[in-house]
Formats: sequence, structure tokens, C-alpha cells
Amino acid sequence: MTLSLSPSLTQTVTASFARKRRIALAVPLAILAYLLYAAISFDLAGLAQRARLDNAAILLSDFWSHKTHVTRDNRSGDLTIAIEGEAKGTYPPGMIPDWVTTTGTATLIDLGTGHTVTYDDAGARMVVPGYGTIDIRPVNGKPVLTAPEPIPDWISVSENKISVTTDAGRFNYSRSKVETFKYEAGWELWFFTLDSPFYGKGFGELASLAVGDRIDPARSNLGYMVSEFWTNKMWRHGDVMWAIFETILMAFLGTMTAALIALPLSFLAARNFMALGVFRGAVRRFFDFVRGVDGLIWTIILSRAFGPGPMTGAIAIAITDTGSFGKMFSEALENIDEKQVEGVGSTGANAVQRARFGVIPQIMPVLLAQVLYYLESNTRSATVIGAIVGGGIGLLLTQAIITQKDWEEVAYYMVLIVLMVMMMDSLSGWLRRKLIKGE
Amino acid sequence: MVDIAFGPTPGQRPTLPDQHQSYLDMVRRKRMYGGILMVLFVAFMASGWILADHRNAGGFWNGLPQTIDFPAEVLTEAWAKRALIPGLLWDHTPALIETLNIAAVSTLLGALAAAALSLLATRGLARWPRLIPLFRRSMDALRAIPEIVIALVLIFILGGGPVPAVIAIALHTGGALGKQFSEVAENADLKPVEGLASVGANWSQRMWLGILPQVAPNWLSYTLMRFEINVRASAILGFVGEGGIGHDLKLAMQWGQGRYDDVVAIFLLLFAAIVAIDRLSDHYRNKLVKGT
Repeated sequence: MTLSLSPSLTQTVTASFARKRRIALAVPLAILAYLLYAAISFDLAGLAQRARLDNAAILLSDFWSHKTHVTRDNRSGDLTIAIEGEAKGTYPPGMIPDWVTTTGTATLIDLGTGHTVTYDDAGARMVVPGYGTIDIRPVNGKPVLTAPEPIPDWISVSENKISVTTDAGRFNYSRSKVETFKYEAGWELWFFTLDSPFYGKGFGELASLAVGDRIDPARSNLGYMVSEFWTNKMWRHGDVMWAIFETILMAFLGTMTAALIALPLSFLAARNFMALGVFRGAVRRFFDFVRGVDGLIWTIILSRAFGPGPMTGAIAIAITDTGSFGKMFSEALENIDEKQVEGVGSTGANAVQRARFGVIPQIMPVLLAQVLYYLESNTRSATVIGAIVGGGIGLLLTQAIITQKDWEEVAYYMVLIVLMVMMMDSLSGWLRRKLIKGE
Repeated sequence: MVDIAFGPTPGQRPTLPDQHQSYLDMVRRKRMYGGILMVLFVAFMASGWILADHRNAGGFWNGLPQTIDFPAEVLTEAWAKRALIPGLLWDHTPALIETLNIAAVSTLLGALAAAALSLLATRGLARWPRLIPLFRRSMDALRAIPEIVIALVLIFILGGGPVPAVIAIALHTGGALGKQFSEVAENADLKPVEGLASVGANWSQRMWLGILPQVAPNWLSYTLMRFEINVRASAILGFVGEGGIGHDLKLAMQWGQGRYDDVVAIFLLLFAAIVAIDRLSDHYRNKLVKGT
């Protein structure tokens, strides 16, 4: 069998194939060219110099571990042991961790894996297995190092300070003080702080304490435990939970208020309910304006008037979303089936009754789906807006990041934010299924 | 069989007044539930607003008259210096371009990641069907992390500049678009894929030639919408973190009085850019999806 094609068809097909092939090649090339331009304009090459990998190391180690500072003041000889070097985490007098032993003026710190540090009247010594003893003594007030030669690069020596960095911990000797940092896994003091009577007890012990004799005669041990946990000075669980609640409150109030304002207005912007073109156009331009000004600008303007706090954030969300909801609702209204409205009208219903029984039931699924979707996405926005207006978990997060040392708290807040968003996500999904599909 | 249709008691037809009564009962019950829900909702909203007002630094009624104070102050100063505005608009244009570039690059990278992730997470198309839950959960996780969290942490590591914002927005975009892409891909016709498989095409060829032409219009439409969202996000990230027009706005706001002409110029640029992108993307999305 011979296949005969008219020459014009062959030409068309070949040409169309060639064009498609050119497009298939041109689109990736255009994307690549744009990314190349962006890489140059974003100074990607300079990024390598600006990047602080040591910061990344601090951040990662803080995310899953904590460090304890054991510090001796070289002038007074006072020893302080503090978790993360913070006043809130300082061991009270008479209480020391089990890896520190004191005899007279000498202190022995066991850093694990054979590393030990000793502070005594003569100076301080660190034993590193596989290397030897690093001995530091003050001579005329300046630290003098005696260690096996050659000095490795993990020991840094300057005129007034000697620092040793090992896997087990860090050790610094300066004129005024000598300090050792020991790293341990976990978020210390997460349940109870050092001054709490429940610190350092296991779950079994706590469970038996909960039903045992009262420590504080005024209240039960369980209540005492809960309040100690809730008012934990290091992690401030109570305040953090309040902040999470504030963020969700901002999102909820903002979204619902926006929907309540947008619903009646959207009737005025829909072609089939508002015959007056001028009026309809005005309402539409209002929606466009509110949406176009953007949440950022509204947030700034409003926080000048109402001051920092969750209400400012809620109003900002409400205003921005009024525009988005108004546009979507009026589009939904223009797509309804007029027959139902006519049917309700034929029974003598007035305009409000026609809207309530003829229109609302039709747009309800669209309306609910959009409102729930926005509720979920606004929980995320409320975190950012909270950082600007000063409310909720966003504020706590930015504050913790700005101090640049409490990275374990940053990790804690990040986990909570992700859990919060996932919770709102599944809640809105569940409500959507329940309310719209009626499952 | 017929009996069942008439009521719970076999062989007995329900009497008419009864039916009427039960209908009214049902209506009453429905109204009661609706009423209870309404009361709960109103109570929740009212107490929520009261609580939010209480925890705010300034009260609602005190602040309300002040809402126009700041815009009025800004506008009067800007009006006095109106001759400078065109020059300032020009000065801030590079920052606006940077913001738009951040949004465009992150949308592009996010969309590419989302395309791969969504195909891997769609039943019937996945390369490794056993790993579908893994890819789905990872998209959920990407979607859940707010951009600001990643951006601020990355600013600490990478220093300032637009790159932290790009990475942060791209990660979120990957998760958000991935979900929408995979919903589109689920509805794709599998016949072209089978046809390609029968002539020995491998997985990437099947996806490239069989699925991509089907889903491209919808995917592009979602990507355009995401670009719109990302322009706003990149402006906000600039304000909180660094880079772009948001950063200029923050500096001008911190300066306060005396640079309100700057503030107005930035507001105008941002407003114009957002409205223009909104219009363009609306136009092209209509074109893509409806084919008109």
C-alpha cells in the first residue's frame, strides 16, 4: 500500500513539528538565561564569602543540644555553673551536676571520653586523650601555656587568652576567668528549672510524687508540678502557648470578619443583583484597591493607629481579605442559577428572603471552601504579621532570632509553628469535608 | 420493597398530618441547631475581639480616630514635596525590580520542584508507587513552614541579600504548588501514557510527552497565581528581613518624618506593581484555562 500525502499537508506537519521543537528548546534556554541573570544580579558569587558556616554549626548544635558553662573567677576564686551561661539556668549554691566534683579549692570536671579539666590554686589543666596534658598557669597575671609540642591548631594562644576546642567541650583561660563548656544532647530544663523541687526527677518518681505527701501544703503536688512547668522561666511554656493562641485568634478574627463584611458588599458588585453600573464599578474598584494596597502596607498604617498587639494584626488581615473575598464572592454570585431565585420570588418573598433562601444555599459551598482555605493560609500570614505588629508567636520568633544565641528556643518555636499550621490545615480540611460534602 | 419507601412500619402508609408534623419538627430542629451555632459563633467572635482589644497596646476606640492621622501626615508631607516624587519613584525602581526578581526566581524554582514532586506523588503516574506517601508528606511539611522562619534562619547563616528570601519562598512554593499540580495531574488522561509505554518510552519520556501537554495550561495558570502571591510575600520578607523594596520601605519608615515622600513613592510603586501583575495574571489565566 502506498501512502500519498498532499505536499501541502506534509509541509504543514513538518513546519509545525519544527516549530514545536524550536519552542521545546527555546523555553528551557530562556529559563536558564533568566536564572543566569538572576544569579549575577543576586551576587551569588559573593555569597560564598558572606556565608558563615560557623554560624550554621552553632545553629545545628543548639537545635539538639545544650551547653553548660563551668566558670571560675580568677580574682575571687568563685565557681559558677550555669546552663547556657544564663542567670535563669545557674545552679543554686550547694547544687552541682554529677560530672563536676569540688574538693576544697580544686574543681574536677569530667567532660567524658577521657577528657578532664581541673581548676586549682596553681592554675588549670586539661587532659586530652591521645595528646597529653595542657597546663596553664598565671605568671604576672598572664596565662602561660605548657603543652606537648608542636601546639596543634585546635589550641589558640594569644597574649591574654588561651582557648582549646575539642569534640568533648571547649576550654578558655583568660586573665579574669577560666571557663569550660560541656555539650550535652537534649533541651535542658525543658520540664522544670533548677530551682524547682521537681528538677532532675524521672517519670516514675514524678508519678509517685504526684500522689505522695504534699511538698507545698497549700496545693496538691500535681497542681504544683503543672504550675512549675507552665511558669518555667527558661522556656516560658505559658507565654508561648498564649502567643500561639494569639496567632490563631488573629487569623480567625481576621478571616471571619472579612467574610462577614465581604458577603453583603459582594451582592453590590455582582451584575445580576446590582443593575446600576456606576455603583457596581465603585464597589469593585474598592475591592481592587483594598487588595492591591497589600497586607504589608495596611499592617504598617494600622499599627501606627492601634499600637502593637493582636487586634492590629486581626484588623489588617480583615481589611486585606475583604478585597479578596469580595472579588471571589461576587464572581460566585454571578454564576448562580437564577431559577431558584425566581422560584422563591414567586411565593412572594422579598429581596432579603430571596437572597437568604434562593442565593445563599447555592453559593454556600464555594463560600465555605474559600473561607476555610483562607483561615488556614492566614494562620501562616498571622505569624509574619505578628512579627511586624508585635503579637503572637511571630514576635517571639523574631526576638529569639535577633538575640542570636537562643537557637534552641528558635527550634522550639519552629516546631510549634509547623504543628500549629498542620493542625489548622487538617482542621480546615475536616470542616470542609464535613460541611460541604456532608460526610 | 414498596412498603419500605413509605415508612419504617411495613404495610402502613404514613398519615398526611403526621408527615406534615414531622416536616415541621425537622425544620424546627434544623433551625435550633443553626441558631445554636450562630449564637456560639457570635459569642466567639465578640469575645475574641474583646480579648484581642484587651491585649493590644492601644484600644480600638482610641485608635479609630487615629487611623487617618498617619496617612494624613504622610500625604501632607508628600504633597508639599510632590515635585520630588517622580525622581524618588525612579530611585526605588531597582529595589522593586529586585523584589520582582526574588518572586520570579523563587516561583520558577518552586514550580520546577513542584512539577517533579507532584508527578512522583500522584497515583498512577508515580515512578516509585511505594514512595507516594513520602513525597506527599514532604510537600505538606514544605507548605507548613512559614517563609519568614526559613528566611530569618538563613539570613543568620548566609548573611543579608536576596538569596535567603529566594530559598525561603521557593521551598514554600514547591509545597503549595506541588499539591495543586498533583490535583491536576490526577485528572489527566492516562491513554497517552499507555500508548507511549507500549512503544517503549521510559518514565521521563512518558511524563514529558504524555502528561505535560495535558496539564501545562492548568499548571501555568496556578504558577501565575503563585507568582502574584509571591510578589506580596517577597515585599513582606524584605520588610522583616532584608532585600528589595520592603527593605527600602522599612528604612524610610524608621527615618519617619522628613522622608514620608519616600514612603509615598514606595507605596505607589508597590501598589502599581501589584495591581499590574494582578491584571496581567488574571488576563493570561483566563486565556490559558478557557482558551479564549
